[in-house]
Amino acid sequence: MTPEMKGYLLVSAVKMLIVFTIILIGVALLTLMERKVSAWMQNRRGPNRVGWAGLLQPAADGVKNILKEETFPALANRYLFLVAPALSFIPALMLSAVIPFAAPLPLDFDFTLGPLGRFVHQGPMPMVVADLPVGFLFVIAVSSLGVYGIALAGWSSNSKYALLGGLRASAQLISYEVAMGLSLIPVLLLSGNVSFSSIIAHQQAGTWYVLPLTFSFFVFLVAGFAETNRLPFDLPEAESELIAGYHTEYSAMKFSFFFIAEYANVVTVCAMVTTLFFGGWDIPFTHWDESGGLLPTLATWLVFFLKVLFWVFFVMWIRWTLPRFRYDQLMALGWKVLMPLALAYIMVVCVAIYGIERWLGITDPTAAGLALFGVNVIVMLLVFGLLDSGVFIRGTPRRPRPLGGRAGRAPLAG
Amino acid sequence: MAIGVKVMKRPDRQVSYVRATLKGMALTFKHMFEKKVTMQYPEQKSTDREHGMGEYSITNRWRGTHRMLTDEQGRSKCVACGLCPQICPSNCIKLVPGEDEQGNRYPLIYEIDEFRCIFCGYCQEVCPEEAIHVGVHFENAEYSRDRFVYDLERLSSQTHAVSTLWDPADPRGE
Repeated sequence: MTPEMKGYLLVSAVKMLIVFTIILIGVALLTLMERKVSAWMQNRRGPNRVGWAGLLQPAADGVKNILKEETFPALANRYLFLVAPALSFIPALMLSAVIPFAAPLPLDFDFTLGPLGRFVHQGPMPMVVADLPVGFLFVIAVSSLGVYGIALAGWSSNSKYALLGGLRASAQLISYEVAMGLSLIPVLLLSGNVSFSSIIAHQQAGTWYVLPLTFSFFVFLVAGFAETNRLPFDLPEAESELIAGYHTEYSAMKFSFFFIAEYANVVTVCAMVTTLFFGGWDIPFTHWDESGGLLPTLATWLVFFLKVLFWVFFVMWIRWTLPRFRYDQLMALGWKVLMPLALAYIMVVCVAIYGIERWLGITDPTAAGLALFGVNVIVMLLVFGLLDSGVFIRGTPRRPRPLGGRAGRAPLAG
Repeated sequence: MAIGVKVMKRPDRQVSYVRATLKGMALTFKHMFEKKVTMQYPEQKSTDREHGMGEYSITNRWRGTHRMLTDEQGRSKCVACGLCPQICPSNCIKLVPGEDEQGNRYPLIYEIDEFRCIFCGYCQEVCPEEAIHVGVHFENAEYSRDRFVYDLERLSSQTHAVSTLWDPADPRGE
């Protein structure tokens, strides 16, 4: 093994350790944040007894969950029942490996460590565990693996509520995966690359993609809500209908694992929104953050953290604003509204990018982005105007005709 | 129609989705900064105001665990007339009357099973001597079940405020 490879492995191991520690602690704190934000929005105080302002509440919950009894429902498929939480937990954590969270850090070292030999690292170190060239394709692929955990949890519980929750989750995830994938194609069109690093670099050169691809961002956000089973799309859990959905039968740490997976998914979607549409770790209106060095790395880390935190807050904000969709409305929104709109939007973006470059002759990325933003304003006005008038969302399904309402038709001739 | 029922005039068809969503988000955001309504229970209590220190209060018509009033000599006011066990709908009052040398009746045994009690307040209403009362009191936790049968000594040693009950002449408590 060459010293360079050993250095690379060392650096990767350290990054892994840091990232997963931060993610797990962050997820624990997010449960607290969720409860605090929920409380504030309902004029309550939220947990404030354990530790200062309730900061130790997640730790107390963790201890409680470890000490609680593990229950196994009768006739449950024991093996799958045990594997399911891990199956939803692992993909959720894997996703955090590919998202760049700060500007690359120049790191040079060359030292020898006894029998392990020489470790060498030179040049900027990307602040991401794995700077995959396949970028967001990996995220889309792995995030849909999480549905195995949920569907198997629902099926193996031997409970009708859990089964319904699992089925709903699979249907919902598959439906919205389509819209999510389609909403990312304009990003690909604009950046010409699927890797997160190059998408961020492209946004730094021009504008944040939220401006030229506003509608894509909107579709991605809605699909992201559905992917993470958050309100208003939390049909798989729907406590008023399904008790707790797919994790009805789970207790103690296994239940915790589903919870951690859900929050990790929320963080990932928020990090994706940040990276794809809000410039990732980019600090706007300055190029100081790309200059390299310890200070820019730390500053961009902080900026990235704040951006993600805002979107996490946004997720919670929506949760306490919108009520849950009905199941047919959810499916209709995914297949009949978001997917066709996302497809049409791809066409619009294709034509617009071509037109701006060829017909208008604008090649400066910032100017091109702003020109595309003009197109988006029109699209958004059109879509939101139609959305606001209720064309897309039909109220009640068609009622059966009143008996004997029309001549020549037997009442039950269906 | 009952008094005070407000009939809302709702539109048949809702024609604002985006605007309504934004309005809702503005509302939830606004609520984050409003005054919190939570009472921090062990530090603050519903009976704080009557002790003159807090903003929280419960109505003085609250019917909680009982209290027996005593006269100046510290004896219970009860004359063991037997009206309260008679009227008690849940049959939770146990009364054994006794009589002293002057022929005054007094309760030998007076026990109220607070588990059986439904806190209707009839005992207080029926009492001719204004001896037994239901109290403005809600902290009743004990370590064992038998502690919930209150005897005469315990009923007399309670110090919490007593309920004023519902007055037909003043139905809204004004």
